[in-house]
Amino acid sequence: MADQGLTSVPGLGGGKREPKEKPGPLEYLRRWPLRLMVGATLVFLYLPLITLMIFSFNTSRRNVVWQGFTFDWYEKAFNNESLLQAFVNSLTIAFLCTVISVILGALAAVMLWRFKFPGKTVVEGSMALPIVVPEICMGVAMLVFFARVMPWPMGMPWPLNLGAITIAHVSFAFPFVATVVRARLASFNRELEEAAKDLGASEWRTFWDVLVPHMQPGLIAGALLAFTLSLDDFVITFFTAGPDTVTFPVKVYSMLRFSVTPEVNAASTILIVVTVILTAVGLQMQNNEPKDKKA
Amino acid sequence: MTDAHVSNAPSAKPAPHVKENAIISFKGVTKRFGKMVAVDNVNLDVREGEFFALLGPSGCGKTTLLRMLAGFETPSEGKILIDGKDVAALPPNKRPVNMVFQSYAVFPHMKVSDNVAYGLKMDGVESGEIKKRVEEALELVKLDTLGDRMPDQISGGQRQRVALARALVKRPRVLLLDEPLSALDAKLRDQMRSELTSLQEKVGITFIMVTHDQDEALAIATRCAVMNRGVLTQVATPSDLYEFPNSRFVADFVGSVNMFEGTLAEDEPGHALVRVPELGAAGVYLDHGVTGARGSTVWVALRPEKIEMHKRADGSTAMKMEDAPQGTNVVPGIIRDIVYLGSETNYEVELEGGRRIKTFRSNLTRYDQEDFTWDEPVWLAWHACSPAVLLS
Ligand SMILES: Nc1ncnc2c1ncn2[C@@H]1O[C@H](COP(=O)(O)OP(=O)(O)O)[C@@H](O)[C@H]1O
Ligand SMILES: [Mg+2]
Repeated sequence: MADQGLTSVPGLGGGKREPKEKPGPLEYLRRWPLRLMVGATLVFLYLPLITLMIFSFNTSRRNVVWQGFTFDWYEKAFNNESLLQAFVNSLTIAFLCTVISVILGALAAVMLWRFKFPGKTVVEGSMALPIVVPEICMGVAMLVFFARVMPWPMGMPWPLNLGAITIAHVSFAFPFVATVVRARLASFNRELEEAAKDLGASEWRTFWDVLVPHMQPGLIAGALLAFTLSLDDFVITFFTAGPDTVTFPVKVYSMLRFSVTPEVNAASTILIVVTVILTAVGLQMQNNEPKDKKA
Repeated sequence: MTDAHVSNAPSAKPAPHVKENAIISFKGVTKRFGKMVAVDNVNLDVREGEFFALLGPSGCGKTTLLRMLAGFETPSEGKILIDGKDVAALPPNKRPVNMVFQSYAVFPHMKVSDNVAYGLKMDGVESGEIKKRVEEALELVKLDTLGDRMPDQISGGQRQRVALARALVKRPRVLLLDEPLSALDAKLRDQMRSELTSLQEKVGITFIMVTHDQDEALAIATRCAVMNRGVLTQVATPSDLYEFPNSRFVADFVGSVNMFEGTLAEDEPGHALVRVPELGAAGVYLDHGVTGARGSTVWVALRPEKIEMHKRADGSTAMKMEDAPQGTNVVPGIIRDIVYLGSETNYEVELEGGRRIKTFRSNLTRYDQEDFTWDEPVWLAWHACSPAVLLS
């Protein structure tokens, strides 16, 4: 292993390096069990994804042997009307869910951070509920809710027919946003808000000019979370989706029940690329945020 | 209040721009947080054009008083007048005062110039005017070259100047500063002290500064109020605070002091005598009367630099200060500690009863610090007008 760069101790004069020094407590890469673990993690995390992507270009119908390079499966995927519809549905739901979750989550976070009111702890606890409740229970609950309590009107034109799924997604995504934004708010210097008011800003201007810019990294992180949570949710969606409101994960699942074709690989690859790009853009936006030091 | 001497004009700083009218009036202002009384029945007038300092130990309620003025806290009792008008109904964004916060509170996501322009934008000033005034304000605080920087690209001292410019650009009636110098390092602090003074003179705006640093208050302010546990104990010019403190708290908080407990033995219009057991039989003679009941307990505050030190060879008699009767205001002692500070030397002298007294001696020549040494017997003497007699 070319690990000299990581293990050499800087500042040992004269180039006379000790040949074998005991690894320090944080020098993970010099301890073989840990090395093994890091390696295994990388293999099990990324190898399946990479395999999936590679075989989306395979000429063979079977996924096991490489036979030649082709774009056929992408073409096929794009010509598959119902797969495309599922893909568009997923992106639409994810987008709507993100917008609504960010607004709701941010408002909830600000409320919990700013105000004292009776039953605040109850509200805070119940916010965390969708995070801890098993997804399958949420799914069943949503199914019953939309079947019995508040049926979503059938046969609505697109995208209104996605309403039930979007509501279901928002219900589990916005607590994540609220949690992230709340954590961000904890580092807010209240004097900034007072300074804005002192300089003549109204409550509303202060909110937009001072609080929102401070929350921005949290909003972006929350939006990313909401988007990805919604995009890849299967269980809850499965229970709330109707025949004309199939999302991408549900569609892929139904395709797999017949046969595993590289067409699925192709569609998945596109989804992965979309998610990675969005995440990169989000992280970039967060990094551009000026670090706000207190004086 | 006990001293017959009341300062006369020469001790006050020349401050021609100070006017007679009270720009700020606190009338019986009290602030409670739950059961805790943070500010207790404060009555205070600040005159237009003053550089006023609120001085007191940490937690005494200075910031709370300032925040009530800015509108961030509402008084539990009492009224605050700005220009003679009750401001109780005015929210912070409608008050003609601006604040420089302790953390400076410079908006981290705005350029320096946008920070300074913010208040003018809120006032609806038109953009050409904003640009002009922002430039002027930045020039005033010597930041004219840094307008395009972000706040995390400038130093702490520069951030403070941004906060100053941001508040001053609005031309407030009163500028409030909460511990403006406490976050700066010693050298910068000295520089900012004089800059603040000259800035205030230049803009002619009333400044009210909160500080726990008595040196700072004495150096900058035209008038100071000393606070203790929410109560205003004394409001006076810096020199009056130092030379004529009205209580043990003020004498002790402002500067260094030797405090003695005694009983008032004689009190005539022309002189007074206080018996202080710790200083031996003779007592402390004062060349003026005090307003106290005979036999009551009083405290004598004696500043270290007002004590003279003389050599005491074995058997020599007490030398007398010319204005005090024989035997008073002179005590024998032995030097126990010497701290050489360059410009002066601090001595700690042990009296016969065991009480230690601080005395400071200026090093007038290059050899002065060699005059006295450890365990040397000395006489301590002071003028009859030097000690302050305190009733509380
Ligand atoms: N918002 C508040 N709630 C409760 N107590 C407060 C609040 N603000 C200040 N206090 C208390 O009031 C007292 C005075 O505080 P402050 O005015 O900040 O003192 P200073 O500025 O002189 O150090 C302190 O004991 C502080 O704990
Ligand atoms: Mg304070």
